[in-house]
Amino acid sequence: MSTPVTQRHEFVLYFDVTNGNPNGDPDAGNMPRLDPETNQGLVSDVALKRKVRNFVALVKDQEPGFEIYMTEGATLNNQHKKAWAALLPEVSRDDEFKRLPKDQQKAQALTRWMCTNFWDIRTFGAVMTTGVNAGQVRGPVQFGFAKSVERILPLEISITRMAATTEKDAEEKGGRTMGRKHIVPYGLYRVQGFVSAPLASHPTKGTGFSEGDLELLWQALGQMFDHDRSAARGEMASRKLIVFRHQSALGNAQAQSLFDRVKTWRVHEGSVQEIGSTATDNWPPARKWEDYKVTIDREAVPAGVEILEY
Amino acid sequence: MAVRVHIWGERACFTRPEMKVERVSYDVITPSAARGILEAIHWKPAIRWHVDRIHVLRPIRFQSIRRNEVGAKASAANAASAMKRGTTDGLGIAVDENRQQRAALVLVDVAYVIEAHFSMTGRAGPEDSPAKHIAMFNRRAAQGQCFHRPCLGTREFPAEFALIEEGEALPHSTLDKPDADFGWMLHDIDFARGNESRFFRAQMQGGVIEVPPFDAETVMR
Repeated sequence: MSTPVTQRHEFVLYFDVTNGNPNGDPDAGNMPRLDPETNQGLVSDVALKRKVRNFVALVKDQEPGFEIYMTEGATLNNQHKKAWAALLPEVSRDDEFKRLPKDQQKAQALTRWMCTNFWDIRTFGAVMTTGVNAGQVRGPVQFGFAKSVERILPLEISITRMAATTEKDAEEKGGRTMGRKHIVPYGLYRVQGFVSAPLASHPTKGTGFSEGDLELLWQALGQMFDHDRSAARGEMASRKLIVFRHQSALGNAQAQSLFDRVKTWRVHEGSVQEIGSTATDNWPPARKWEDYKVTIDREAVPAGVEILEY
Repeated sequence: MAVRVHIWGERACFTRPEMKVERVSYDVITPSAARGILEAIHWKPAIRWHVDRIHVLRPIRFQSIRRNEVGAKASAANAASAMKRGTTDGLGIAVDENRQQRAALVLVDVAYVIEAHFSMTGRAGPEDSPAKHIAMFNRRAAQGQCFHRPCLGTREFPAEFALIEEGEALPHSTLDKPDADFGWMLHDIDFARGNESRFFRAQMQGGVIEVPPFDAETVMR
């Protein structure tokens, strides 16, 4: 499973949130992110990458080659690196890198080593502070911003805490403090992403992102919210992952023509309408996944493109 | 050997070098970013892309996005010593200890037509002919193929692209103010001379920005 990915992929992921805040906006007092022009909810690419990283760190704990460089919270690195020798026999204390002739070669060896050991560098890339160009790694996997399929209505919920932080507060406020929570009653979000195979398999530019890593990515996209429960998030879940697998590294069809095949519809009492259609004007707002329908147009799929569902 | 490519996307950020901590985008795509998009579709060391003209097809609008970002870069020295030791202990960046909250003023709903040509470089071999590269580029762009997904300034803003064949009309434009002076704008970075930036006076007339050649006298260092 360690052969680098040689086929281009595009993917569409649907996830939803019920009574939670999928991604707070630091500019708006942690309100859910909104596109101010359309009132559609947003979730930034980096928020999703964070969850993917956390998921991989969780399931691949103790496993060399799957470490996460951009760690969150207490550094998870412990003394579990005993399998190094097995994985990378060429890297040992006796390694004589000083003998390598050129700086560039050295930097490349360094980059390669980082890619081999850190799953997130292999997948998303990283910037290393070397003077040589090879110090910058572009990963094959790229996410866009996630956007809710319809406009969302963020609610501000005031809550009370029956305790105060400081004694002064306790005296002044009678031992109680108020707080705020922002929630989205319901939102279905769609995000589109790309896996550029040459950035995985190219002899010099590739990070070695493998078929196994790809499977892990799909697994992470499907389950990342299951391990990200918190008071703020409410109930979040991945609902549908649709993958377009091209036969070749460069791709066999235009990305947008594939994305356009995946459509979201509103459903109400058996009636299915396009989103924004005037027929839905007096429908109640969507509050659950079943209020939506996702269809994939499988008619005349371009040759060399395979549609997979997870 | 000229090509025309239609590119578009929901958001874009062509960061101004003078405002890159809290990123502020230029009003329009830079020749450098346009070259990057062409290279994402097809590039070989044998050729160099030159952007000739940029057609702006949508009104210029901005939106602000603030995100938690990481303030540190991966240290190559630490990586090198870890590599020698053969362990990853102590490597890694704890993101919540290196937090930077940064706003970005990005463009929304952009579409451009890039007109460009390429020249052969000193690294062209006997098997490299302009006809071969133009055919490769056109074939890839027409079929939606790319080496890696092109982006509009930064990688979180993927670009869609379509080839405009010879003689084919330009896509419909909804640009509201077709004449504008965008001031001094980054032309490209001179990688041969220690990554030196070069700037040009970006003026849009009738929705079109003429891009001077990289070594023209009007291009400032």
